[in-house]
Amino acid sequence: MSAAEPGGDARPATDGGRAERRDGQSHLTARAAIGPGWLTLLHKELLRFWKVSFQTIAAPILTSLLYLLIFSHVLESRVAVFDNQVRYTAFLVPGLVMMSVLQNSFANSSSSLIQSKITGNLFFVLVTPLSPGELFAAYVVGAMVRGIAVGLGVLAVTVWFSPALLAMPHPLFALAFALLGSAILGTLGLVAGIWADKFDQLAAFQNFLIVPLTFLAGVFYSIHTLPPFWQALSHFNPFFYMIDGFRYGFFGLSDVPPTVSLAVVAACAASLATLALVLLERGWKLRH
Amino acid sequence: MTAAVEVVDIARQFGRVQALAGVSLAVERGEFFGLLGPNGAGKTTLISVLAGLVRPDRGNARILGHDVVSDYRAARRSLGVVPQELVFDPFFTVRETLRIQSGYFGLRSNDDWIDEILHNLDLTSKADANMRALSGGMKRRVLVGQALVHKPPVIVLDEPTAGVDVELRQSLWAFIRKLNRDGHTIILTTHYLEEAEALCARIAMLKAGRVVALDTTRNLLSRFAGLTLRLTAAEIPPPWQARVLRREGRTAYIGLATYDDLERLLADMRMAGIRIEELALAETDLEQVFLRIMSGRDEPDDTRPVEAVPEA
Repeated sequence: MSAAEPGGDARPATDGGRAERRDGQSHLTARAAIGPGWLTLLHKELLRFWKVSFQTIAAPILTSLLYLLIFSHVLESRVAVFDNQVRYTAFLVPGLVMMSVLQNSFANSSSSLIQSKITGNLFFVLVTPLSPGELFAAYVVGAMVRGIAVGLGVLAVTVWFSPALLAMPHPLFALAFALLGSAILGTLGLVAGIWADKFDQLAAFQNFLIVPLTFLAGVFYSIHTLPPFWQALSHFNPFFYMIDGFRYGFFGLSDVPPTVSLAVVAACAASLATLALVLLERGWKLRH
Repeated sequence: MTAAVEVVDIARQFGRVQALAGVSLAVERGEFFGLLGPNGAGKTTLISVLAGLVRPDRGNARILGHDVVSDYRAARRSLGVVPQELVFDPFFTVRETLRIQSGYFGLRSNDDWIDEILHNLDLTSKADANMRALSGGMKRRVLVGQALVHKPPVIVLDEPTAGVDVELRQSLWAFIRKLNRDGHTIILTTHYLEEAEALCARIAMLKAGRVVALDTTRNLLSRFAGLTLRLTAAEIPPPWQARVLRREGRTAYIGLATYDDLERLLADMRMAGIRIEELALAETDLEQVFLRIMSGRDEPDDTRPVEAVPEA
């Protein structure tokens, strides 16, 4: 075994993307490709849910399909949305897609963090040179990929009930809301995962905050069908803007102008990202 | 040349507990250094400061000259830490675990070194086994492997042999010794004092967050050269009570300078009419040094012959 400059200055690997020793000898890892460490953490995050994809991807797709079958069957002829310009089933599909994106993004980062904390293996992430920004990027992008993968799956199985949806008039709007929404929930999951010490604390966060906010955000109804008080209250729910804006991408119709929604959602994403980065920088609940 | 590890006046309080109360020490490059102390002495907190897991209230620490806070990337690249707890990610196999750990340090295709680690830790046959399927001793060896993937010049092992059977412990130490011979600086905490005595050239002893001894192992042993008597009896004659290092029920461990001391003690006991239930004598080893220092009788003067018992 040849030790890699054990007594020497240890900046073998990452900074310049090259492996060179100060004394000019080739570093032991010279043959090894060097890359940014956070991509490995991202890769690990993806593998983590991919290895249990039946639970992390297939199950939420099935749940959404059941929602669609039941709600569209019961409500199709009774609920009018967007002044009857859109069938209820068609209205429901983007709502369910976005709800899946949001809930699964949250689930991914939060469960990864709490599991690593409880099993203790977060130790081996925290002793690496990864910066707070890199930790943030890996966990949030991992969550976004899971959320969007589930969202695409839900779209694939539900779009058959309303194929006209594929003629999306504003696909970039839908994409922007999916990306921002999943980033927001991935970030919330990161913060919740760092905050929680036990699984039931995390479950409380999910069941008493995330689920009510998504259900009350107009997944199953247009807020114009609500009494004025509840309609006004809905405007304080950031999830409402994510779902309404996402739906605009499919119909060109929305409860509030899509640019307003985009501004609200982007502001939410920026503030939460700032909060998460500050917490990671300070080592809140991770580095004592 | 910069020290492998330099710790200057590190203090850290957790609630009311002063885990570290101003610790300063330096470990030179290539040393095999022991960090000893009872539970709660602050060993793990000190290691956590080096690894960036605990931020000190005051003081600073450097790994190969890199400050662990302001230059944490370079500091952490220089350091490999084997944690005390058996931590693992149940989603992955042994090889995946080591590959992922390499990747965190920016190392791709590190398989040659990973194979060597697996071989040296006797884990080759378990490379593709899921972490959940491993025994405790095997999991611990994987932790050692994880700490070594980036070939850190400084390696810290926090109780690495806890729960590892004797045979594996020997092979683990052979590997760690080899790393040390290759130039890696090793810092070890262990409860097995005979291990520290056999492996570490220099030792720091911590007690209640302070360094209470810091010297070469040889000096520590010679400084406390003498005998330790394990004596089980109803009582110990008063002049000898100051020499008691530790008590376990009716058994007392008594520090003696010479065999003459032993004679005097036995004479005193005979005169006092105290019956000896059991008696054993040991040469000073690190455990005795440790006991003396931890009992607060860390002055070599303490081992001077006791004056004859005054007549009653």
